[in-house]
Amino acid sequence: MSTPAFDDVQVGDALPGQSFPITRADLVRYCGASGDFNTIHWSERIAREVGLPGVIAHGMFTMATAVRVVTSWVGDPGAIVQYGVRFTKPVPVDDVLGATLDVAAVVAAKDEEARTVRVDLTATTPGPNGAPVGVLGRARAVVRLP
Amino acid sequence: MVNASFAGRTYPPTPPYEVGREKIREFAEVAGEHPFHVDPEAARAAGYADVIAPPTFAVIIAQRCDAQLVRDPEAGIDYSRVVHGEQSFRHHRPIVAGDRLVAVLHVDSVRSAGGHSMVTTRSEISTETGETVCTATSTLVVRGEDA
Repeated sequence: MSTPAFDDVQVGDALPGQSFPITRADLVRYCGASGDFNTIHWSERIAREVGLPGVIAHGMFTMATAVRVVTSWVGDPGAIVQYGVRFTKPVPVDDVLGATLDVAAVVAAKDEEARTVRVDLTATTPGPNGAPVGVLGRARAVVRLP
Repeated sequence: MVNASFAGRTYPPTPPYEVGREKIREFAEVAGEHPFHVDPEAARAAGYADVIAPPTFAVIIAQRCDAQLVRDPEAGIDYSRVVHGEQSFRHHRPIVAGDRLVAVLHVDSVRSAGGHSMVTTRSEISTETGETVCTATSTLVVRGEDA
């Protein structure tokens, strides 16, 4: 888990992608850990009543999970100096089957002065027909490298 | 509709939030495990004073801060119609266990588009003694009645 050196990183480098299984139990635990107990994250009935396909993951849980790809690559979560996303589609989490979040990431820019790199993330979940559905937009992390 | 007159408003600092080791552990165990979140010795070996919080941990403090606006009846935000649109964090330094953090809420904008309202808030998070720690920016989309 050694941190990549700034000078060794090139724009276009792909980070190792990861696939994260998500269960309803994860959402319940995230409710408790984050303090966000919105019913759409644990009640199927309420989620459907407000027009969702079912219980969905917290956007913030998806955001936290996606950046694990960056944390694993850089080796120090404290090196992530900026991180932002747009929430574009929900991640439905079935009570039995759960869900999967697939995350890819690529180095998109280098700032020579700040010695930071910008990593752009792509997060998808399989849709009803199996095709990947993008769930985050403009998902970008800025990482300080030695 | 969201009360547009709230745009530009700034709130007094929140009461301090004391960052606990076990709270960081609880958050990290579900939202991103790493030794620096759970092992004080590993974190110290990397130069941190104690375990550090994951990159999105500050949302706990930011959402408490946002509640001052969201729960204000005058603001006109129907929470059952709120969808999280965007979120970003700018870390001036990592959050460390033992930090006592206060947050100042700024309502950066209130706008309408396509029958929805969009509210962008910014929580400036600092220590009680004024050291800047994190800027958390959030856009909430309040879906219109007909949408």
